[in-house]
Amino acid sequence: MMHEPNAIAVTGLTKTFGGKRRLFGGTSHVVHAVKNVTLALRQGETLAIVGESGSGKSTLARMVVGLETPTSGQMQIAGKDAGTLAKEGPRAFGQMIQYVFQDPTSSLNPRKTIGATLEAPLRLLKGFDPARRRTRMKELLDAVQMPADTLERYPHEFSGGQAQRIAIARALAAAPRIMVLDEPVSALDVSVQAQVLLLLEDLKTEFDLSYLFISHDLAVVESVCDRVAVMYFGEVVEEGPAEALFKSPRHDYTKRLISSAPLLETGRASKQNMP
Amino acid sequence: MSATTTPASQKSRRPTAWQLLMNNRLAAAGFYIIAALVVLVVAAPILPIDNPDTIDLAGRLQPILSDGHLLGTDHLGRDILARLIWGSRVSLAVGLSASLIAAFFGSLIGLVAGYAGGRADNIMMRGIDMLMAFPYILLALAIVAVLGPGLMNALYAIAVVNIPFFARNIRGITVGLAHREFVDAARLSGKSHTSIVLTEILPNVLPIIVITMSTTVGWMILETAGLSFLGLGAQPPQADLGSMLGEGRSLLFTAPSVSIIPGVMVFIIVMSINLLGDGVRDALDPRLRAGALNRPLPVTRIDRADRSETSAAGKGAALSVENLQTGFESTQGTMPAVKGISFAVQKGECLGLIGESGSGKSVTALSLLGLVASPPGVITGGSVAIDGRDIFSMHDTEIASYRGSRVAYIFQDPLTTLHPLFTVGEQVAEAVRAHQQVSRNEAHAKAVALLDTVRIPDPAKRAAAYPHELSGGQRQRVGIAMALANDPDIIIADEPTTALDVTVQAEILRLLQALRQERGLALLFITHDFGVVAEICDRVAVMRHGEIVETGKTADILGNPQHPYTQRLIACVPRLGQGKAFLEGLRQLPKVEGV
Repeated sequence: MMHEPNAIAVTGLTKTFGGKRRLFGGTSHVVHAVKNVTLALRQGETLAIVGESGSGKSTLARMVVGLETPTSGQMQIAGKDAGTLAKEGPRAFGQMIQYVFQDPTSSLNPRKTIGATLEAPLRLLKGFDPARRRTRMKELLDAVQMPADTLERYPHEFSGGQAQRIAIARALAAAPRIMVLDEPVSALDVSVQAQVLLLLEDLKTEFDLSYLFISHDLAVVESVCDRVAVMYFGEVVEEGPAEALFKSPRHDYTKRLISSAPLLETGRASKQNMP
Repeated sequence: MSATTTPASQKSRRPTAWQLLMNNRLAAAGFYIIAALVVLVVAAPILPIDNPDTIDLAGRLQPILSDGHLLGTDHLGRDILARLIWGSRVSLAVGLSASLIAAFFGSLIGLVAGYAGGRADNIMMRGIDMLMAFPYILLALAIVAVLGPGLMNALYAIAVVNIPFFARNIRGITVGLAHREFVDAARLSGKSHTSIVLTEILPNVLPIIVITMSTTVGWMILETAGLSFLGLGAQPPQADLGSMLGEGRSLLFTAPSVSIIPGVMVFIIVMSINLLGDGVRDALDPRLRAGALNRPLPVTRIDRADRSETSAAGKGAALSVENLQTGFESTQGTMPAVKGISFAVQKGECLGLIGESGSGKSVTALSLLGLVASPPGVITGGSVAIDGRDIFSMHDTEIASYRGSRVAYIFQDPLTTLHPLFTVGEQVAEAVRAHQQVSRNEAHAKAVALLDTVRIPDPAKRAAAYPHELSGGQRQRVGIAMALANDPDIIIADEPTTALDVTVQAEILRLLQALRQERGLALLFITHDFGVVAEICDRVAVMRHGEIVETGKTADILGNPQHPYTQRLIACVPRLGQGKAFLEGLRQLPKVEGV
């Protein structure tokens, strides 16, 4: 285990919004989105980050892929310092780590064909020539089980599940080793969600990926993740192997989260028996 | 998963922008007039008309239809028809180029300011504000005064004066786009900022630029004419509509045709361009295309082929729906969304209506009281009975009186259903006053009591809060309070907890459950979440493609589903405690293509 560096290692990561001096005196309101978070995603594993809206899980994810700059703290991507990576330019970042957004349709430009969207990372991050781009795009669509004529179409022609497959194909285009999945299935219907979860699982084995999986749905998290970190008001309050954490949560908030999740088998026996 | 996908092969049959434009008669008329004019002025050099600058003092001020001069001559004996055509050529060219220049620089400033944000945005937009602080024509006059009179200088002046208009419009759109996810995705694809602005954002603002241009060209032609009229634009002897007007002004009484003819021409040009511009805007603006300009009828149009009577089983139920059919009109006929569904909700019962997106569950909920926007919605058959009375046979005002009093709705996102500028107390009080004759103070007291009913802590104080000051869960509680305002018998809750966190969702479900038992409410609960159904519903109906495939007691449906669709749907729901076995279970399911 030790010979391979962690896919992502963050130490004391903090992000504060606002607090800037205004033109006419005073400072703007300060929001501590992420407070002193230390986490590690091992190579080849799936780490889930669960928490409510506003708990800072998306901000953390955006920092990891370089869409936000941390206020303070250390970040290492595949053993390299993120600061150094950032200096090498966004391309160095993009080749290491990619991001899948929650809302698949809004993460695709409505006025560009799928081909044009998929081509950008192949051209800019991989530097492929047009012929090679063409073959690679076909391979990618195969990997996410979409037909080849997808390339000439526009995003509005696809359903949510199909659009999310395309978004995953785009993230895979740069052949990253690490993927950050920000609520990748919460905008989808259950049956589609199941298909996308299966796809993600297959791709993980096929391309030897590590996943940072952001979600608020505990049942989904439990079905795909090795370890879970629970975020609450910008802090990681509990972290551990998925099975152990769900079986015996220690932190109050985790307990509340688990007890709030609606269950299919509540039985509601008492209710049914009432006249 | 066939239930959830619209086949990608099915191309959208929406009319194209061009068809929409031509369907608009006024815009089409504008288009043909302006097209004819453009052909005329472009062909001016080869048309058999006199030289517009040839002076013939002997034949000055000839009337209309005189020999050799169809529109007469002006005070220097120049042929008015020739001057009109050449003058329109100048006016159109100047107006168009000024608006192109203004569009280019204005859009550039708007794009950069909107995308960069922060300080750059602030500096650029304050500069634009300064430009806007001067009265329009005064600024143009000042610019021409500095540059000296002349057609080109007038063009520059008009372009500069119009830059702020474009800059502000485009900046507004860009700010919204710059934070969209596809822009972030493009950054992660390795695109530079310049490339993002030009290839990702620009294609999305281009329609807005075209719309803004089409609505400003006419205005710019007027301004050019204005400056020329004042003698600051086209210089003699060059013909221009504005200068022709100016020259004819002193002869208004002796030879009115000299100034009226160019005046009519300006009117025709500007009018037709504006009509065309409005048409272009209507055709390109996606919001208007979606029918935002249509004013919906107070009640969904009802056009029933059959009026199924309430069945015996439905009699005595709080709400009974019999063979309900709702569709949406389109150019290809009526597309059915709800295809003849029947169900009943007893007093004190909670019926769950579950289905995936596009299954018609929300349309069903809205159809019950004729709330589907019409056009394009139309109820094509069936009946809805509340306490045995057929809703669709009632008069519009009577249906409206049911809304919020007998039957109340709770919607998904309370932030969009609550008015942001009124306190929640006022909004609940308004719901009370809509159906009850009470004074303001009584309504307010009732509102506070209602907020207390939905377990909002310190209700008297929270009543003075605005929606944005409350958390999502509290806002939904306010939504529930409004639904309870007139002691309804039936509550229709359309995905009321979907936008909420799980812990908050659990609290809201508990509240709804308690209220239902306290008040004996009939609750129609619409959701896509089997977990929520299990928590709150007595019975559940599974919808797919506008039909109910299976109905039964919640425990039966969840524990022993009969229909293959329900079975598959339930198998796709991960359960806590199942762990990785869930994915293994999914692999066992038969494969379905097309997701």
